[in-house]
Amino acid sequence: MTRYLPLLLLAIMALVPLGLKDPYLLNALIITGIFTICAMSLNLLLGFTGQLSLGHVAFFGIGAYVSALTALGFDVSLPFGWRITHEGGSPLVGFVLAILITGLMGFLIGRLSFRVRGAYFVIVTISFAEVVRLVALNWVELTQGPLALTAIPNITLPLPGLGDVTLRTKIQNYYLVLVVAALSYLLIGQLVNSRFGRAMRGLKENESLALSLGVNATRTLTIAATISAAMAGAAGSLYAHYIRIIDPDVFLFSYTVTMVIMVVAGGKGSLAGPLVGGLLFGLLPVALRPVMAPEAQWIVYGAVLIAILFVMPRGIVPTLAGFMNRRPKPEAPQKAAEAGAQS
Amino acid sequence: MDQLLQHIVNALVLGGTYALLGIGLTLIFGIMNVVNFTHGALYTFGAYAMYLAAVALGLNFFVALPVALVAGLALGALIELVLLRPLRNADIDTTMLVMIGVGIILQSGTLWIFGGVAKSVPTPFPMEPLVIGPVSVSWVRLFVFAAALALIAITYLTINGTRLGRAMRATFQDHDTAALMGVNVSIIYTATFAIGSALASAAGALLGPVYVVFPQMGDLAAVKAFAIVILGGLGSIPGATIGGFILAFAEEMGAGYLSSGYRDAMGFLIIIAVLLVKPTGLFARAERIG
Repeated sequence: MTRYLPLLLLAIMALVPLGLKDPYLLNALIITGIFTICAMSLNLLLGFTGQLSLGHVAFFGIGAYVSALTALGFDVSLPFGWRITHEGGSPLVGFVLAILITGLMGFLIGRLSFRVRGAYFVIVTISFAEVVRLVALNWVELTQGPLALTAIPNITLPLPGLGDVTLRTKIQNYYLVLVVAALSYLLIGQLVNSRFGRAMRGLKENESLALSLGVNATRTLTIAATISAAMAGAAGSLYAHYIRIIDPDVFLFSYTVTMVIMVVAGGKGSLAGPLVGGLLFGLLPVALRPVMAPEAQWIVYGAVLIAILFVMPRGIVPTLAGFMNRRPKPEAPQKAAEAGAQS
Repeated sequence: MDQLLQHIVNALVLGGTYALLGIGLTLIFGIMNVVNFTHGALYTFGAYAMYLAAVALGLNFFVALPVALVAGLALGALIELVLLRPLRNADIDTTMLVMIGVGIILQSGTLWIFGGVAKSVPTPFPMEPLVIGPVSVSWVRLFVFAAALALIAITYLTINGTRLGRAMRATFQDHDTAALMGVNVSIIYTATFAIGSALASAAGALLGPVYVVFPQMGDLAAVKAFAIVILGGLGSIPGATIGGFILAFAEEMGAGYLSSGYRDAMGFLIIIAVLLVKPTGLFARAERIG
């Protein structure tokens, strides 16, 4: 049953724009979709390896900047008389570069920071995001600083039979985000059920035991961080080419908090969790907007986060799944072990 | 040379408040194993409490300060009793996320009530700075420095010279054994979180009048506090004190001689550098606090 839920969700989401003509709601859905991709990528790290990264927004923002700068072009002078000039090019190239460069960043951060765990890892990731934000703010020659990069072109796709199509309308962008989200979901699903996925979960459940079975901890965690970062970078690129203006605020800590809330509320370590959490918390502001001020919305956000941690510490999807099939399943012993380890 | 002297004096004055921020955070982590993401929000809370007491209620500056400190103490105790006590056995990530939730509520609440416009708190100190040779310091900063040192000394003496402090040190070393020896660990936890919160609140109340008071002021303060605590080793009070001064020196020198735009990046670069070289902090995690 649960296997077909994501397919059902995909079908529903694909049909939504046919009946929905309100540009405000469509915009909210596109942004929700982009953040759901981020949440899925964060879940790969937080949910499946158990490493809480609070700097995930760094990869999102770097992806946005790399993609925007590739499309717009730049001209910067570096120390020692070096100079880099780039004319500007296709946003699609920017999208690919965003994925590659954020992946590389994720790899480097993983190599550096998986020497430490727990609270230290959390603080390293926050620091990284904050340093990147300050660079975006201060390297005005490259990023325009607080003046923002403006007039970022929409993505142009070479579609078979249609030639080059520039995605200008909201509906076109909606489907682009939906396709990328579906591909990300498939990729994570494949990854998690592979040998590599078992290594990740092994590290999360019991690191010393996994090590004794020959799992290379640093390598496994670094690969997870690389893929996770690349996926967030892809989301950042989609965001840049959809919103068409980005400034150093794309690195705000509150975006990371949004992603973490989506994962934790939906259910970390569950494939469908970030989808449910993403939709719920992406659309919550839409539902709350008519009744309260933005600051009050954030208070509700915080209160819901606390309430979920108290009432459903495992998240919505795992808790509901637990209600729906009480029958003992093959994975039951693992759940019991998990419960035993936590108590 | 004159410029260097001025930077050193600035760094010393700044370091006092940084140390105050770091000690509150390291105390809570060391004893309760809670990564306190409300620290920045409590710093902001202290600054607004100071603003309310000194401007809205019209209290004397020196009366308003202790009021802000006690308000922080009370809020900290409340957070511990309502949210942290039921989560005593939860893993560190869960409490961390709950603390993030509390931080969001406090910050958005402040923004909602007071609006985003920065407020200033008037001080009774003369505007013209104290000039000694080539160095000049404003009177209010000197007072803030002295008050921060006094609070650090009081915290240190509380932990090393009172019954409460002895119980806190025992809980830090081994809370099960401390409980067996008759220490009421629950009360110690509440007291620890309240004291840590009061220190953050006091730092906000002291620095609010120096700069301006605004809802996001705690964000940067919180990350700096984390930098200080990592520098000194999680759980070490002398480490946090020295860490506060090291961060202040790095920022002053970085801003003075490298680039003022990257002033606030110094803390993060220090965090990353320290974790690369010596992940347990420069002053390895203390076996005992105090």
